[in-house]
Amino acid sequence: MNEELLRSLTPSVLGILVRRGADFAAAEDAVQDALVKAVRVWRDDPPRDPKGWLVTAAWRQFLDAARADTARRRREDLVEEEPAPGPAADVDDTLRLYFLCAHPSLTPSSAVALTLRAVGGLTTRQIAEAYLVPEATMAQRISRAKRTVSGVRFDRPGDVATVLRVLYLVFNEGYSGDVDLAAEAIRLTRQLAASIDHPEVSGLLALMMIHHARRAARTAPDGSLVPLAEQDRGRWDTRSIAEGIEILRGALARDRLGEFQAQAAIAALHADAQTAAETDWVQIVEWYDELTRLTDSPVVRLNRAVAVGEADGPRAGLVALASVDDSLPRHTAVAAYLHECDGDLATAARLYAEAARKAPNLAERDHLTRQAARLNARSDT
Amino acid sequence: MAKYLLLKHYRGAPSAVNDVPMDKWTPEEITAHVTYMRDFADRLEKTGEFVDGQALAPEGAWVRYDGEGRPPVTDGPFAETKDLIAGWMVIDVDSYERAVELAGELSAAPGAGGEPIHEWLELRPFLTEPPTITD
Repeated sequence: MNEELLRSLTPSVLGILVRRGADFAAAEDAVQDALVKAVRVWRDDPPRDPKGWLVTAAWRQFLDAARADTARRRREDLVEEEPAPGPAADVDDTLRLYFLCAHPSLTPSSAVALTLRAVGGLTTRQIAEAYLVPEATMAQRISRAKRTVSGVRFDRPGDVATVLRVLYLVFNEGYSGDVDLAAEAIRLTRQLAASIDHPEVSGLLALMMIHHARRAARTAPDGSLVPLAEQDRGRWDTRSIAEGIEILRGALARDRLGEFQAQAAIAALHADAQTAAETDWVQIVEWYDELTRLTDSPVVRLNRAVAVGEADGPRAGLVALASVDDSLPRHTAVAAYLHECDGDLATAARLYAEAARKAPNLAERDHLTRQAARLNARSDT
Repeated sequence: MAKYLLLKHYRGAPSAVNDVPMDKWTPEEITAHVTYMRDFADRLEKTGEFVDGQALAPEGAWVRYDGEGRPPVTDGPFAETKDLIAGWMVIDVDSYERAVELAGELSAAPGAGGEPIHEWLELRPFLTEPPTITD
C-alpha cells in the first residue's frame, strides 16, 4: 500500500467532491472512508486508475451519508443535477481546496490547520504534535474551521495572497513533532505553483527553497543559533539554492514584482556569496528599497537598516534605524550590532543585554546574551 | 498562534476586588467557581485554544544542590511565602489581544456572594521556536 500515493491523491479527490456540491465536512468524512477502503482492498486488487477509484468510492460514501442525513431531500436534489463520477481536471479542484482552506472568514491558525489537513493530508495527530497542542484541541480547531467554510461555494477563484500567507505561516513554524512543516510547506507551494500561473507563488517557493537550503547550517549541534555571517557555507544545500534561484529568475522575468519575489531576491543574493564578506550589500539595499515601496512594513525598514549598515557603514545604518519604530522586536538587537560595528562596545553590550530580555524565542535570547557577555568580558580585561 | 501561560496566584499578586478567602465561601459558591473554571477550559478546547491546565497544592518545598556526594537540601514548606501559585492554564491563541480577553474572562470567575472575584492573573508569553526567515 502506497501511503505517499494516497496522500497525494487525497486533496484532488476532496476537491472533486466539494466541486460537485458536497459540504466540506461531509466530503472529508467520505474521503477518509474511501481511504480506509483503499488500504483494505488495494493490496489484493490494485486499481488501474487509483484516483478514479477513490472518487467513486468517496462519492458513493457521500451519497450514502447524504441519504441518511436529515437534509436528505436537498442533497439528493443536488446529486440529481450533478454529472456522473469520472475523471476530472484534478489541478483545478486542488486549487479550489487551497482557496477554501485560506478563506478570509478563518483565523490564521484555523486556516493553517485546515490546509495541512485537507490539502496536505496530514492526520489531526500529526498537526497537533507539530503545534504542541492536544489532539482534542486540534480536532476542534479543524472541525470549527470546517463548519466556518461549510456552505461556501467556490465558483470564482479567491485571493492568492491569502493562500500564500497561509503557506508562509506553515513554513515559518519550522518543525517539531514527526512532521517537518517547512518541508511540507515547500511541497504544498510546489504543488500550487504547478497549478496556478502567478509570479508571487514562484516567488514564495523560491524564498522557501533558498532559506530551507541553509537549514543545516543555521544551528550548531547544541541547538544554538548560528548567524548568517558565521554559517559554514559548505553545509548549504547548493542544489536547492540553484533551483530556487532558477524559479525566481523565471518569476522576475514576468515583470510583476511582489513582496515574496523581492524577499527571495535578497535571500538569493545572500546565497550567492561565496563568503559573508563577498555579499553584495549594495544590491541588497536596492531590493530592500523595492520591498519598502511594496509593503512599507516596519520590519522591512528594520532589516534595511542592517543592510545599509553593511553597505555604507554603521553610522549610515544607525541613521536609517533612527526612523524605525523602536518598539519593534529586534530593533534593540540591530542597534546593538550597529553600535558594535561602530566601535562603541559599552553601548553595544548594554543594548545586547536589553535585546536579550525582549527576545521572542529561546535561541535568540541565548544568542544575544552571549553577545553581551562577549563584549563585557572584553571590556573587563 | 502564540502560547501564553495564565498564572493564578494565592498570594503575591495585587488583591482581588472580591477578596474573600475560599474557606469563607458557601459550598454552593465553591461549586459555582469550580464549574466556571471547568466550563471555561471546555469552551477553550472547543475553540481550539486550550493546551493544558492544572491546579497546584499550596504546600511546596525549596530544593537545592548541596555539594558533591551529599543529598540535596530541602527547606520549607513556607506557609508564609508571599508568592504561591495556585494553578496555571496554557492557551494557544491568535493574538495578544485574545490572550488578554481570555485572561480577563477567567478573572471573572464567581467567588463570595456569587460575584466575580476580579482577581489578578499573570499573563506570560511562551518563548517560541525562531522563525526560519529572519535574516
